Amino acid sequence: MATLSAEFTLPLRSFTLGLSLEVDGTVALVGPSGAGKTSVLRAVAGLVRPSSGRIALGDDVWVDSARGVFLPPDRRRVGLVFQEYALFPHMTVRENVAYAGAGRADEYLERFRISHLAKARTTELSGGERQRVALARALAREPGVLLLDEPLSALDAHTKSAVRAELRELLADLALPTLLVTHDFEDAAALSDHVGVIVDGELRQLASPADLVASPADTFVASFTGANLMHGRVVGRDGGVTEVELADDGHRVYSTDDATGEVGVVVYPWEVSVARSRRDDSALNVIEANVRSIVQVGNRVRIHIGPVTAEITEASVDKLDLEVGSLAVASWKATGTRLVPLT
Amino acid sequence: MDHLKRILLGTAFFGASALAFSFMVLPIAAIFVHVPVTDLLHQFTNPVVTDALIVSVKTIVVAQIAILLLGTPVAYLLASRRFPGHAIIVTLVELPIVLPPAVAGLGLIVAFGRFGLLGSTFDWLGIDVSFNQTAVVLAICLVAGPFYVRQAIASFESVDKNLIAASRTLGASPTRTFFRVTMPLARGGLAAGEALCLARGLGEFGATIMFAGSLQGKTQTLPLAVYTQFEAQGGLTIALAISSLLVIISLAILLSLKATSLWQLSRQSSLSPFGRSRSV
Repeated sequence: MATLSAEFTLPLRSFTLGLSLEVDGTVALVGPSGAGKTSVLRAVAGLVRPSSGRIALGDDVWVDSARGVFLPPDRRRVGLVFQEYALFPHMTVRENVAYAGAGRADEYLERFRISHLAKARTTELSGGERQRVALARALAREPGVLLLDEPLSALDAHTKSAVRAELRELLADLALPTLLVTHDFEDAAALSDHVGVIVDGELRQLASPADLVASPADTFVASFTGANLMHGRVVGRDGGVTEVELADDGHRVYSTDDATGEVGVVVYPWEVSVARSRRDDSALNVIEANVRSIVQVGNRVRIHIGPVTAEITEASVDKLDLEVGSLAVASWKATGTRLVPLT
Repeated sequence: MDHLKRILLGTAFFGASALAFSFMVLPIAAIFVHVPVTDLLHQFTNPVVTDALIVSVKTIVVAQIAILLLGTPVAYLLASRRFPGHAIIVTLVELPIVLPPAVAGLGLIVAFGRFGLLGSTFDWLGIDVSFNQTAVVLAICLVAGPFYVRQAIASFESVDKNLIAASRTLGASPTRTFFRVTMPLARGGLAAGEALCLARGLGEFGATIMFAGSLQGKTQTLPLAVYTQFEAQGGLTIALAISSLLVIISLAILLSLKATSLWQLSRQSSLSPFGRSRSV
C-alpha cells in the first residue's frame, strides 16, 4: 500500500492552513469547527489549490508547486466521502455507484449490502444507507486513498454506534491509506491508529490516541482529547457488571454498560484516582502498573499508568511522590466506564 | 365601534380585490365575447391569420434555438466564474428586460441596419437583416433572450457545489460533470426560463415593428397582425381571432411553467435531511 504524503500551505479566510502529514494506516484529524479540517481533504482531493507544497501518493505526484504540478480531482486516485454524502439526487443508488465505476456497480452494491436499494432514489434512504451508498460510490472508483469528511456526524446517536463499528471493520479490510476528519475525539480514537489535533489550520500534535490522552502537547489538545479509549473484548457479565479483557495487556476492567464482543472502553482521566498502593474502596477497576509518563497540563497533571491516563492535581502528585517508573495504582468506578461497541 | 371598524375594513379589502381582479380579467374575457365565437373560429382560415402564425412559429423556433445554444454557455460561465466586471456584464445582459422594446428596435437598426454600425460589414458579407425574418429573429433574441439567460444563471448557481465536486472526485471530467450532473440538476430551472422567454418572444412587438416592419407573410408575426388588422378597415374580428389564439397559447405556456416548477419542487431534495453546519 502506497503512502500518502501531504505537505502544503493553503490560505483560508481567517488563517493559513499549513501542515505536513504521512498517511499509511488510518489517520484522523480532529479539531473544532472551522479549524481547517475539511480544507485538508479538499486540498488532497484537488478541489482547492494549495499556494505551495507537495502532495503525493507513493510515486504518484499530485501537487508539486516547485515544478508547477497540479492534477485535477479526476486524475487523482482518491475516494472522498462528503460530510452530507453528496449523493446525486437525480440518480438511483445504482446509477450513483456506477457513475464512479460502470462495470463495478453490482459488485460494490453487494459488498455494502445495498443491492436491494439499487433502484431507490437516494433521497428516500436513511442516514446509514446513505453513508453506505457514499462509501460504495467512493470505493467503486478504486482509489489509492480514502478521505472521509465527518463520516459519523450526519447520523443520529442510535445509528452512529453501529455505523462506527461497521466503518472500523471496513477500514481494517480495505488496507487503504485513509484520512478522516471529525470533531469527536472518541470517533477518531475508535477508527484510527493516529490522531492529529488541528486548530486554526495548524497541526498541534499527531500521535496514537492513548499518547494524546497521556501526553497532550498543550492545554487545547488536553481539553479536546477528553477520554481514554482502550480496546478490549467482553468476557462475561455478572450481577449487572460487564467484564472486559483489555487487548494490550490482558488487564480486566468492569463496566455497568451491557455489551458483547469487541469494545472500546471509555474512561475520562478525571474519573481515575491514583494511589501508591491498593486501597479498600468501592472502585471495581484497579490497575497496578508503572508510571509511564507525567505531563503537566495547565494546573493539572496527566499521569499515564499502564493502559490508562489519570488527571489529578499537582498537590496530589507531590503528596504521592510519584515519578516516571514508580509503581502506582489507578482506580475508577464501573459506573464511570462506558463501553463502545466496535463490532 | 371596533366591530364596525373591522367590518368596514374587511369590506374595503374585499371591494378593492374584486375591483382589481375584474379589471385584469375583463379585457381577456372581452376578447372572447365581443363577437360570437363562431365568427372567431371562421377567421382561422383567413390567410392573414395563417401567414402570421407561420411567420411567428418559424421565427420563434429559430430564435429559441439560437437563445438556447448561445445563452446556455453564457449563463453557465456567468454562474460558475467570478471575474472583474462580472456584475457589470450580468447587469448588461439583464438590461433588455427593462428596456423599452422600441429602444431595442432602434438600437438594432443603428447597429445592424443598412446604415448602422455593422451595416457595411453585413453588406459585404451578403447578409441583409432589415425587413426580413432574420430581423424578426434578431429582435426576439435581443428582447426575449435575457429572460432565459437570467433564469439560467440562477438555475446553474443553485446546483449544490458539493455535487459538482463529488463528480470530479469520482473521476468525471468537467465536460462529463456538466452533462451528467450540472445540466440535469439545472434542467427544471432552465425549462422555466425557456418558457418565460418563449412567452416574451411570442408577444414581441415594439422592436420587431421598428426593425423588421409588418409585411404580411414575411415579417408580420401574430402580435403585429393584431395591430395591423385593428388599424385596417373591418379587421377587428381578425384582430380578435388572433388575440384569442394568443391568449390560449400564453395560458398554455403559463400552465406548463407552473407544472414544471411543481415537478421540480417534488424532487428538489438534494440535501440530506440531517443537515448540519459544515466545518471548514
